[in-house]
Amino acid sequence: MTSHDDSTPLKTPLYDAHVTLGARMVPFAGYLMPVQYEGIIAEHQHTRAKAGLFDVSHMGQAVLVGPDHATTAAALEALVPADVRDLAPGKQRYSQLLNETGGILDDLMFFRFADPSRDGAIGLVVNAACKAADYAHIAARLPDGVRLDVHDKALLALQGPTAVDVMVRLGAAVADWDFMDVGPVRLAGIDVFASRSGYTGEDGFEISVAADKAAALWAALIADPDVKPIGLGARDSLRLEGGLCLYGHDIDTTTTPVEGGLVWSIQKRRRAEGGFPGAAIVQKQLAEGVGRKRVGIRPAGKAPARDGTEVLNAAGATIGVITSGGFGPTVGGPIAMGYVKSDSAAVGTAVQLMVRGKPIAAEIVALPFVPARFHRTAK
Amino acid sequence: MTKYFTEDHEWIAVAGNVATLGITDYAQSQLGDVVYAEVPEVGRVLKKGEEAAVVESVKAASEVYAPVSGTVVEANTALSDSPATVNEDPEGAGWFCKIELADAGELASLMDEDAYKAFVAGL
Repeated sequence: MTSHDDSTPLKTPLYDAHVTLGARMVPFAGYLMPVQYEGIIAEHQHTRAKAGLFDVSHMGQAVLVGPDHATTAAALEALVPADVRDLAPGKQRYSQLLNETGGILDDLMFFRFADPSRDGAIGLVVNAACKAADYAHIAARLPDGVRLDVHDKALLALQGPTAVDVMVRLGAAVADWDFMDVGPVRLAGIDVFASRSGYTGEDGFEISVAADKAAALWAALIADPDVKPIGLGARDSLRLEGGLCLYGHDIDTTTTPVEGGLVWSIQKRRRAEGGFPGAAIVQKQLAEGVGRKRVGIRPAGKAPARDGTEVLNAAGATIGVITSGGFGPTVGGPIAMGYVKSDSAAVGTAVQLMVRGKPIAAEIVALPFVPARFHRTAK
Repeated sequence: MTKYFTEDHEWIAVAGNVATLGITDYAQSQLGDVVYAEVPEVGRVLKKGEEAAVVESVKAASEVYAPVSGTVVEANTALSDSPATVNEDPEGAGWFCKIELADAGELASLMDEDAYKAFVAGL
């Protein structure tokens, strides 16, 4: 992750709202962000039970603008392994910016506007710590006629089983939206652009709003009895239980989407055709397998095993490393993700974790730790 | 019983030649929800400044250092099942261990309650 320690941290448009709510503010990816309000476990549980409101305005929001969808989609397909061309209007997908060896420069969401007048535009949401590098990388590789417009909008996430009810109560006609639908809506009298997605494993929405309207929208959402503000601490425990990767930990330039268990995000046509950075390596890994894989790991006792913890097999030989580890409040115990050699990656494999110099028993388990509750309509 | 404090936010309460060790209310509030605590084995000999216990919040692991040298004579094994006691009663039921002092002279280097309060106020 990029370090911004040298510079004064930036503030999102919701900084004052966080301070008023008593948040503990910490520097993160160059911004002063709320790590917790009332407490990580309570915030985590609230998000799983009702609706949690997150300020994720530090993330990067941009739009690729070209003459038509085919041209803009081709420009993005040259950078990511997902199928952009065949993405339906009004839908979003998850993908990764890859380097020439198939390593992951960043992971991102991209979406196609449903409005026919915007059909040459593709929206992007990228990680805060990577955004400057991402924009430079993308801009340097765009063909003539396609440009990258960077936005300074705020981004809120409303996550949890009653998030949709809150949205509807505040006037947004999103009850019929499916997982990964996107579009403009009017929420609490404010024009916003929303997607039915998030990074907690729960149903929910991400809401892009003009910076000068963000505080009013935040206040309207927080006034709903189901909604509580949620900090980055619970965002991390929620996404870890959801088996979701944190860039710079679970995926980075040394891992490919195949090693990272993200093959589901590379649609069939792209696997066959290639045409993205590192395609030859990714296709070879798809055909022949990989030496190591991202897996879920459940320590047997109560001690959490953190990022960087060495993973050993039953015989005591090193087979991998933990890349995210902590306590899962919904699971009620320690949970982790990491990379292990493929021959030790089967669910049920007994492993050991070196925690403070002592081996503790653990097991390879299926991800996610908590089943996803995305709103997927049967089609 | 006299209470002493360290700049790392440990406290000890000394009765006779036995010191009860814990972390302060300020420390627990900074850590947030405690989800795991590891206490030393009875009989372990600790040197001043050595890691005596581990306390982990959702976010991170922190070491609890021995403010004084001595031998562990009792450990609060109840924390294993209820680590949140460290949040709820950090300067009472949330203690980690009891240490038989090796050198009572080491107490002179620690802060008293007023000095610790002033130290925290200055953070």
